[in-house]
Amino acid sequence: MSALPVEIEELLDSALAAELTVLDAKGRPVTYPLIPLYDGEKIYMHSSVLFSKKLEHIKRNPRVSVTITDPVAAPVEPFRRATIQGDARVIDDDLHHGWEQKILPLWIEKEPIIKKLVKQRFAMPLFWERAVIEIIPRRAFLWREGRTDIAPEVFEPEKVA
Amino acid sequence: MARSTVREEAILEDVQDFTHAILAFVDEDGYPLNVATEFETDAASDAIRLKTPAIGPQPAEGSEVNVTFSHIRPYPGVGYDQRRYVSLWGAIQRDGDWFVIRPTRSHGWDEDRLHFFELCERSVPTGHEYMRKLSERRGEEVKPQLGLGWLIFLATRVPFLTATIVPILLGGMIARAHGESNWWLWLLCLVGGAAIHLGLNVLNDVSDTTSGADTANVNPTMFSGGSRMIQYGLVSLNAMRATSFALYAVGIGIGLLLVATRGIELLWIGLAGVFLSIAYTAPPLRLVYRGLGEICVALGFGPIMVLGTYFVITQELTFEAFYASLPVALLIMLVLYVNQVPDRPSDAKAGKNTIVVRLSKEKIVAGYDLSMIATYLLIVVGAVTGLMPVWTLAALVTIPLAIKVHRGLSSHYEHPYELMAAMGTNIMVHLATGLLLSAGYLIEILIS
Repeated sequence: MSALPVEIEELLDSALAAELTVLDAKGRPVTYPLIPLYDGEKIYMHSSVLFSKKLEHIKRNPRVSVTITDPVAAPVEPFRRATIQGDARVIDDDLHHGWEQKILPLWIEKEPIIKKLVKQRFAMPLFWERAVIEIIPRRAFLWREGRTDIAPEVFEPEKVA
Repeated sequence: MARSTVREEAILEDVQDFTHAILAFVDEDGYPLNVATEFETDAASDAIRLKTPAIGPQPAEGSEVNVTFSHIRPYPGVGYDQRRYVSLWGAIQRDGDWFVIRPTRSHGWDEDRLHFFELCERSVPTGHEYMRKLSERRGEEVKPQLGLGWLIFLATRVPFLTATIVPILLGGMIARAHGESNWWLWLLCLVGGAAIHLGLNVLNDVSDTTSGADTANVNPTMFSGGSRMIQYGLVSLNAMRATSFALYAVGIGIGLLLVATRGIELLWIGLAGVFLSIAYTAPPLRLVYRGLGEICVALGFGPIMVLGTYFVITQELTFEAFYASLPVALLIMLVLYVNQVPDRPSDAKAGKNTIVVRLSKEKIVAGYDLSMIATYLLIVVGAVTGLMPVWTLAALVTIPLAIKVHRGLSSHYEHPYELMAAMGTNIMVHLATGLLLSAGYLIEILIS
C-alpha cells in the first residue's frame, strides 16, 4: 500500500531528477542529484560503484531526505514541490545483475536511452556495476503551489492511507 | 583524482544561472532535511542568501548546512542532458527572512566542463575501493564482471585486426595477379599474422600498465588508451601476460611451419616482424616510447605483412609487391599517429615520448597532411608506371575521407571525445584504401 499522497506520487513518477541528501561520517549533510524511481510503495535510487561515496554514507547512517524541486525536471501540472524523509538501505548483493531485476524497467521508463546503453555495457563495465538505494518514506512535506515560503502539508505514516 | 568542476574562486558566478537552491540541514530527529528555496548572491560579502523556507524544523544558528544547485534538460524519448550541479557548505546565519551562508568548501560537476566519460575514468579508484570494502565484508572477492567472449574481444582489441587483414589480403591479391595462388597458405598467413597482432595488442597493454601510461590516462576512447581491462580489474596483469605469450606462440609456430615448407627467406621477414612487434612496446627498447612507434607499425603492417604473404604464396620477393605495400604502410602509420593524439598528456607523464608528444599541433597536422599526400602520390605513380594495376586508382576515392580526418584533427586536437569521429574515419581511410587497392588487383586478375 502507498505511504504517500497521490500528489507526491505523481511527482515521483514524473521527475527526471531529485536531490538525495545523506549524512557523511561527521554527520554533515551531503546532497546528490539522482533519478527517483517509485514502485507505489518505496522510492528507489541507484548508483554506480564509480560514484559510491553516497552508498558508504547510507551504510553508516540510513537516514535520508529526498526533495523534488525543479519544474523543468519534474513536469507536473499544477507544479508542486515535495520533500520525503525516510530510511534507506543499500542493496548491493549482486552489483552486476541485482539492480537490473529491481529497477531497470522503472529506469528505462524515465530514461529510454538506457535500454540501448545497457546492451552495450561492455563499453563502460564499471559504470554498470551498480547498487540500489531503497527508501522507506517516514515523513513527507508537500508544497502544492511549489512555494516553499508557504507552510507545507505534512504527511506521516499513520496519517496517510 | 580531481572530479569537481566548481571554480572555487568564482563560486557565486557559477551558481547565478540556477533557478533555485536546495537547502539541506539536520533536523531535531537527526534526519537530513532538504528543501527548495529562492536565493540571491551577495558578491560584496561573498555570501549566498536563501529565503527562509516555511518548513517546520529550521537549521540551528551557526550550524554547517549544505546548499545545492542542480539543473538538467529533459530530452524526450532519450533522457536528459545539460547535467550540472554545485554543492557547497558553510555555517548558516539568520538575517531577518533570509539565511546567509559564506561557502567554505564546495563540490560539483558540469558535463560541459568535464565529459561524463572522463568523470567515470577519474572515478575508477572509487569503484575499486567500494568493491574492496564489499569483498572484506563478504569474505569473498567482489569484482566487475564481463562475459568471457567480451573479455577476449576487448582485451585483444579484435576490431584493430583490420590493420592485419588489409596487408595480408593485398599480399595474396598481388601474388594471384602475378600468377600464383594458394588460399590455404594465405589463410595460414592471416591466422599467424592475426595472432602476432593480437599478442602485440595485449603486450602493449601490459607495457603501458607497468609504465603507468594507461593508468594515468583519464581520456581513453574506443580507439586509444588501451583496452582498460587491467585498469578496470577485469583481467589481471599476469593473465594478460599469459594471453600475450600464448598468442605469440601461435603466431611464431605458424611462422616456423611456413618457413619450413616455403623457404628460409621467410624466416628473416618473420623475425623482423616479431622483433618489431615486441621491441615496439617491451623493454629494453620500447621503441614507441622513443618516438619510433610509427616506423615500427608502418614496417610491420606494411612491407613485412605484404611481402611475407606474397613470399609464402609465390616463394619470391619482388619490388612490385614491396612498392604496393607502401601506401598501406603509410596509412596504418597514420592510424597510430592520430590515435596517439588524445593519449599525449598521459603518455608524456609516463615518459612515452611518441611523436605527438614531441611535436606541436601544427607540426602534427602538417605531418598528417604530408603523409596522406605521399600515400595518394604513391598510388598514382604506381598506377602510371605500371608497378600497380591502373584499377588501383579507385583507391583515390577515399581522399574526401582523408580531408575529413584533417579537419577533425585540426578542430578537435585538444578534445579527445570530439576527436573520436576523426579517429574512426582515419581507420576507415586505411581499411577502404587497402581494400580498394586489393580490388584493383582483383579487377586485373578478372580481365587478364
